Amino acid sequence: MAQENVSMKENDMAQTGFEPRILGFFCHWCCYAAADSAGVSRYQYPPNVRVVRVMCTGRIDTRFILEAFKCGADGVFTGG
Amino acid sequence: MVEAGRSPNIEIITNARLEALEGKPGQFLAKVHQAPRYINEDLCTACGMCTMYCPRPVVDTYNERLDITRAPHIDYAQAIPSSYYIDAKACLRVNYDTCNLCAQTCTAGAIDFSQKPKKLELNVGAVVLAPGFGKVDDEVLEKFGYGKYPDVLTSFEFERLTCASGPTEGHIVRPSDNKPPKKIAFLQCIGSRDETCGNGYCSSVCCMYAIKEASVAKEHEPDLDISIFFMDVRTMGKGFDEARKRAQEKYGINVIRARVPRVDQVDGKLALTWTTPDGEHHSGIFDMVVLSVGLESPEDAEIISKVADIELNHYDFCKTSVDAPLATTRNGVLVAGAFQGPKDIPESVTQASGAAAIASELLSDARNTETITVTFPEENVELEREEPRIGVFVCHCGVNIAGVVDVKAVRDYAGTLPGVVLYEDTLYSCSQDALKSIAEKIKENRLNRVVISACSPRTHEPLFQETLRSIGLNPALVEMANIRDQCAWVHAQEPEAATEKAKDLVRMAVAKARLLEPLDQPTVDVTPSALILGGGAAGMASALSIADQGFKVILVEKSKELGGNLKRLTWTLDGQDAKKVLKDMVKKVKAHKNIEVLTEANLESISGYVGNFTSTISRKGKTEMVNHGVMIIATGGREYKPKGYAYGESPRVLTQLELEEKLSKGKSFLKNARNVVMIQCVGSRGEDMSHCSRLCCTQAVKNALKLKEVKSDLNIFIFYRDMRTYGFYEDLYRKARKQGIHFIRYTPEKRPEVIKQARGIKVKAFDPILGDDLEIPASLVVLSPGIAPGENEELSKVVKAPLTSDGFFLEAHAKLRPVEVAVDGVYLCGLAHGPKSLEESIAQAKAAAAKAAIPLAKGKVAVAPIVSRVNQDACIGCGICESLCPFNAIRLEKVGKRKKAQTITASCKGCGICASHCPTLAISMGGFTDEAIMAQIHAFSPEGCKEE
Repeated sequence: MAQENVSMKENDMAQTGFEPRILGFFCHWCCYAAADSAGVSRYQYPPNVRVVRVMCTGRIDTRFILEAFKCGADGVFTGG
Repeated sequence: MVEAGRSPNIEIITNARLEALEGKPGQFLAKVHQAPRYINEDLCTACGMCTMYCPRPVVDTYNERLDITRAPHIDYAQAIPSSYYIDAKACLRVNYDTCNLCAQTCTAGAIDFSQKPKKLELNVGAVVLAPGFGKVDDEVLEKFGYGKYPDVLTSFEFERLTCASGPTEGHIVRPSDNKPPKKIAFLQCIGSRDETCGNGYCSSVCCMYAIKEASVAKEHEPDLDISIFFMDVRTMGKGFDEARKRAQEKYGINVIRARVPRVDQVDGKLALTWTTPDGEHHSGIFDMVVLSVGLESPEDAEIISKVADIELNHYDFCKTSVDAPLATTRNGVLVAGAFQGPKDIPESVTQASGAAAIASELLSDARNTETITVTFPEENVELEREEPRIGVFVCHCGVNIAGVVDVKAVRDYAGTLPGVVLYEDTLYSCSQDALKSIAEKIKENRLNRVVISACSPRTHEPLFQETLRSIGLNPALVEMANIRDQCAWVHAQEPEAATEKAKDLVRMAVAKARLLEPLDQPTVDVTPSALILGGGAAGMASALSIADQGFKVILVEKSKELGGNLKRLTWTLDGQDAKKVLKDMVKKVKAHKNIEVLTEANLESISGYVGNFTSTISRKGKTEMVNHGVMIIATGGREYKPKGYAYGESPRVLTQLELEEKLSKGKSFLKNARNVVMIQCVGSRGEDMSHCSRLCCTQAVKNALKLKEVKSDLNIFIFYRDMRTYGFYEDLYRKARKQGIHFIRYTPEKRPEVIKQARGIKVKAFDPILGDDLEIPASLVVLSPGIAPGENEELSKVVKAPLTSDGFFLEAHAKLRPVEVAVDGVYLCGLAHGPKSLEESIAQAKAAAAKAAIPLAKGKVAVAPIVSRVNQDACIGCGICESLCPFNAIRLEKVGKRKKAQTITASCKGCGICASHCPTLAISMGGFTDEAIMAQIHAFSPEGCKEE
């Protein structure tokens, strides 16, 4: 069921041409490193995320997330 | 290379050769002849004016003669030293005393024709030979039409063609008509595994580099049709099989198992004929043929051998042994890289570090007597305090970035951002010449904030930070925008979107840069000891090296005694007595005053950071705490336990190690034996373990030869997928074939079956040459199960060091940091890193020891300045930070009447949990202040977004 929802959403997005702008907070040690590794391995993914590197996701203040939405983010990604 | 060029303790003498080496370890006198380069390295700015004006064209040997340059030139932009030199043979001024144009055009006044050859006498304590490899004779290549047909290229030439800074700027074209080829054939084993040219060995690297070159070509030209003709596909390196699979599946590269005997030209195209293993003949027409040329011993190997007084092996490579792979036959003279035997970059780099460890062992008494420490100019505090003057440098990284992202557009966009006073693009920002030019531009333009828009700060920030320091700016004033690893590389098919993303990332970086503040660079003392996990060959070898370098070692072994897998080995691959190697090592370890051995011990937990770790070791029901500065993971691997093949059901089915153990006890078990069947890749390259275990082919051949030695009338059959007897092990393979051992290839779809019968067992398998099934009644079936990772998963969690998908520890960088893990101060060697031979384990152990000894020898490590700072005026002493800090790095202290939080800088990891939870925003993180992160968030919106 969940799968179906996702694909329906994807269809919606494809039809409307909606390209979300996502702000990512990446932990230097894991997610940021993983994103680098993805690059080294040439994994391809959609170009919708802009990255703010932090030394730990523990650094992320709730204010940061709210501010991101205020600045037009359609989504916030925290990776840590 | 840039690092070597920048180190004040490395003096680089180019254009030079060793003429004599006198003396003994610790006191060598090396006589070196240095030819003039006619350009003063210190004055040359690498501007290229001399090349532009020189009237004398010469073939560009760096570009494999595919291009033309001039007498004064530099081989490539990143060359070290980053200075041009004059080809004396071609220069008119040198030979005829005319011209002198270059000297007149050089504005730096760097051209100096008065330079004479120099005789240098160097007093050194140890010598490392690293002359690399030589080229296979053209005569060998001519058999394949090289030199006769223009579109037959060597792999080295092809590599230049695929290079963005090469003669064709990365476009693959046929030399005959400059048109892009449609069909390319790679022929393997040219000048390798070929006794007719004297090179009976396997060059080890060509299979993988051919696959790499083919993949790069396909990435560039997706419609290319590429076939690679292999004898065996020898991709036995770590992760190589995966890359090969990807090349076949993703790029559709054809793998053909055949040796093409010759190349003919028909109507301007190249005709090949070949025979596949099923006996069928084929032919095909190709637009281009690439010869995968092997690695020879260096041209001047014999001269080196005479001058340095060392012995060579029968292929003119440096002679070494399994238990001392980096030692030549002369004490104090070491070897690293391809001169020791054909090998790839990770292994060469590993060996180089290993050789450095041995040199360091030899010279430990003299440590710090000749070292030079760099002093940086005083910080220009005034400039740092001025309004931000930001410089943005956007890197092409060759085609890595510029192939996808419109670098010039990003550069121009950067110019529109507030605070930016300089915006430029650079071909390779990290190259020596670019760093020099960046430094100059920072000075010229009085920049006080710098944004490097290039690769990852994880790998390159230190380099740019040092550039800032070198000109009197605080290293914290540089910010990087990662437009390669996290942009160009991952959005290769969407250049426009990638360019937009790059612009956004630069805008965000500039916004942060505006708010960067100078930070202090604290240092902390190092506990001068190493904790080594694992008492096998690798652990013992690294323990001995660190101990010989003068530092304490705590060697932790989980079992009752030292030895690890080496205990189960009877003979080394070069036929030495493995038991003796083991005995010698154990004896040395036990007798060494600097080594404390803890058996039946386990690492429970580890805390701290490079230089100051504290570990909890459990031993016989008790736990103890150990302080140490560094740690080496040498926990080994294990023989995979075979499934199926009647293993465990019949006493006639053994593993290779079990066979060795049996053989070492006597030959009576072979009394009535007639047929022995060996099956390769029982565990490896299969469903349970996808990796190649690298050793099993050679081990099987070694044991088969041993069986033949003991009982010459045995029929031995080896079922294999690819015989991967790389390097000089190929000699054993050839010997085995000559002795009549049968080698039969099988495919994973048709694996040999072991069938139990009423009396004995038989092996049923498909023979591709007969095209039919074979049934062999077997007296003995020997399985090559391969090497499985040890209990790495648990340790990986304790140490926080990542594993590969195969379950081995992942190195920080395959080529640049092959024995380090992602955690600073933790190093890696032996089977914990991946399957490898004893010889390779020992070399790697030495390398890990060399790297681990660096912080120990320095005595101090710099603490990253990204720690938290408490503004005690704003702190209300609530204690939330203290309760949340996972590192106990912040605590409340009484200041006056009230309690205030204070950071313990040495323990702080800079995670920022304290800062994000402080109700009064009294905590600020170095390099990651609230203001800086907020500025990044605001800059996320292209239109800008202001805090209300």
